Amino acid sequence: MSLNLRELSQRAQGLAPGHRACAGCGFPVVVRLLFAVARRPLVVVNATGCMEVVTTLYPYSAWPVPYLHNAFENAAATASGVEAAVRALQRRGRLSSPPKVVAIGGDGGTYDIGLQSLSGALERGHEFLYICYNNEAYMNTGIQRSSATPQGARTTTSPVGRVLRGKVQPRKDLTEIVAAHGIPYVAQASISHWADLGRKLQKALEVSGPSFVNVLTPCQPGWDYPPEQLVEVARRAVESRYWPLYEVEGGRYRVTYVPREPVPVRAFLEMQGRFRHLLGDEEAVEALQRWVDANWERLRAREAKDH
Amino acid sequence: MSRRRVGLTGNEAVALAWKQIRPHVVAAYPITPATQIVERFSEYVAQGEVDTEFVAAESEHSALSACVGAAAAGARVLTATASQGLALMHEVLYIASGLRLPIVMNVANRALSAPINIHGDHSDTMGSRDAGWVQIYARSVQDAYDRTLLAVWVAERARLPVMVCLDGFTLTHSLEPLEVYPDEAVQTFLGEAPTDGYTLLGGEPITVGPLALPDSYMEFRRALAAAMERVPQVLEEGVRAFRAHFGQDLPSLVDARGTEDAEVALVVLGSYADAVEQAALRARVRGQRAGFVRVVTFRPFPTTPLREALGGVREVVVLERADTLSGLGGPLGVEVRAALYDLEVRPRFTDVIFGLGGRELRDEELDNLLRAGPPGGVVYLGVEGSRVLELA
Repeated sequence: MSLNLRELSQRAQGLAPGHRACAGCGFPVVVRLLFAVARRPLVVVNATGCMEVVTTLYPYSAWPVPYLHNAFENAAATASGVEAAVRALQRRGRLSSPPKVVAIGGDGGTYDIGLQSLSGALERGHEFLYICYNNEAYMNTGIQRSSATPQGARTTTSPVGRVLRGKVQPRKDLTEIVAAHGIPYVAQASISHWADLGRKLQKALEVSGPSFVNVLTPCQPGWDYPPEQLVEVARRAVESRYWPLYEVEGGRYRVTYVPREPVPVRAFLEMQGRFRHLLGDEEAVEALQRWVDANWERLRAREAKDH
Repeated sequence: MSRRRVGLTGNEAVALAWKQIRPHVVAAYPITPATQIVERFSEYVAQGEVDTEFVAAESEHSALSACVGAAAAGARVLTATASQGLALMHEVLYIASGLRLPIVMNVANRALSAPINIHGDHSDTMGSRDAGWVQIYARSVQDAYDRTLLAVWVAERARLPVMVCLDGFTLTHSLEPLEVYPDEAVQTFLGEAPTDGYTLLGGEPITVGPLALPDSYMEFRRALAAAMERVPQVLEEGVRAFRAHFGQDLPSLVDARGTEDAEVALVVLGSYADAVEQAALRARVRGQRAGFVRVVTFRPFPTTPLREALGGVREVVVLERADTLSGLGGPLGVEVRAALYDLEVRPRFTDVIFGLGGRELRDEELDNLLRAGPPGGVVYLGVEGSRVLELA
C-alpha cells in the first residue's frame, strides 16, 4: 500500500473549516488522514472530549459523515450498538452499502474511564475501528493526569511541588493491553509519520473484526510547545523511541519504523513546558531514558520472536 | 384471531414478547431478577427463532450505550435490567431520552443496596423517574406482556424511551396463565419502525449528540418536556390500536374502581394492585366505602385522571414500595399530594411505605389500617421499631 500525499490531499474531505481546535492541535491530522484513506463510507462515534467539543457546537458540525456522540466512557459500547444495527438492517435487506464504524476517543476516554467498554467491544468481536487520539492527559478539562501521562510530566493534578515533581507513575501500555485481546489488527502510530499512520488506518479499516490504532497526538496547551512545532514534537517522540511505531497483525509484531540514529529522550523533553522542571535533574532524565530503552528492547525482542 | 393460552413466568412472557416484536438489536447484561428475560431470549436467538443481533454487553452501562448507538442508527432496540443495573445505566438514561431514542426497557423492580437485597421494591425505577423515560408499571404477567408490546408502539410514536416495570419475583418469577397473541398480529400491530429520517444510516451526514451551550440547551430540554406532555395522547391512541388488534382493553394512565362514592381511596403501583383492590372490596363488605386507584403510567405523571378519581374523596392512602428519604415519604405520595394540591377541597392524606426489599404485605395489615382509620402522615408498615432503634 503506497500513499501519495498530493493524491491524498485531493481526496481528503477533512473536517469542515471553522472547527474550534487550538492552533497546533494534533487530532485534525488524524481525522483528515482517516477520511483520505477510507474506501468505504464511515460512521463516526466519538467519546466526550476536545474533539467532540470543538467540532459539534450546535447548530454547527464539522463532520462530513454521520456522527454520534454519546458520553465519555462508552464510545466503544456505542459503536457496538451501531455495528449491531448495521448487521441487523443489512440482514433484513434494509441497508445496501454498510458503512464501517469508527470510534474515536482521547486517552482519558480510552485508557481510563472507557477501558472496560473498549475491552468488552473488542472481546465481542464487533467489526469496528477504535482510534485513540492520545495526548497523554485530560486536556479538555484543563490538563489533568491520565494513565497515559508519562512519568515526570507536569499536569494540574500531578503538579510540580516541593515533594512531588510531576506524575509519579510511568504511563500504562494500552497498546499491549489491546493486543492481549487477540484482535486482528493493533497499531501504534504518530501524526508526525503520516504515511505510516495512513497505512495503518487503511489496514485497520479494511481488516475484518475489531481493530485499534493508538496515535500520539500532541496537545499544544497541555504539552506547552510552540504551535508551529506540532509535527516536530511528535517526530522527536518517535525518533527518541519514546513512542515506537509498530503493529500487531494477526498476533505478529512488526516495528514499522526504526530510527536510524535515535535522538536522546532529552531532545523530546526539552521542547515541552510539561517537562521543564526535569531538565536540570540529570537523574530523572536518565531514569526516563532507561525506561525508554527498556521498552524499546522489549518490543524489538518481541518482534524478533515473530520473524 | 387465534390466541394461545400458556403458563409462563413474567420474565418468560417478556422474552416471548421480545421474540414476537423481532427487534433488530438487543443489548443487555444479566442481573437478578431480570436475568431470565435475556437467557430465554438468547435461546430464541441460538435456535434461530428470531434474527436479532444480540449484544451480550460487559455491563449495564455498556448495554444501554449500545442501545443508544443502535437506536440512533435506526434499529428497533430492546433491553432489560434491574436495581443496581439500572443505577449503573443512570447516566445513559438521560442521553437516550435527550436524543429522543425510542428504546424499550423492561425493568424487573428490585431493591437497591446497601444492604444488598435481590427482592422486589420500586427504589430502582423511582431513582430514574426524572430521566425523561415513560414509566409504565405492570399489574400481572399478562399486563407485563401486553405493555411490552404496547411500549414499542408508544416509544416509536412519542420518540421517547419507555420503561416497562414488573415487580421482581412477584411477577418475574411467578407462573401465570398468559393469553399469547399470534406472531403475525404482533407484527401487524407494530409494523415497520416509523422513522423521522434522522438516523445514522439514513445516508445523510447528520451529527447526533452535539454540544449545546446556554443559548440552545434549554430549548432542547423544553422540547423534551413537551414530548412527555404529548405521551398521554399517544398512549390513548396506542391502547385503541391495541384493542383493535388484540381485543384487549388496557387502562392507559390510571385504573380507578369505586372512587365515585368513596370516603377512602387506596392508591398503588404495580403488582400489589390485586391485594389492595381486594382490601378495598373487603372494606366495602364491612360497610366502609373504599375505592381503589392503580397508577399505571407514572411518567408522565397522570395528574388529570388522578384529580378526577380522587376529587371528592375525603381520605387518600398511598401505598408504595420506595422512599425519598426526605422526610416527605415516598415518591408516589409526594407526587399524588402535589397533583391534588389545587383541588378546592383537599383530602386528608396518608403515605404508607411497605414492602421494601421484598417484605410481604399481609391482608390483615391492610384491613387493620382501614379499620383503625388511616393515621395521616408517613407510615412505615410492618417495621419492627425496636430493631430499627438498634440499627439507627
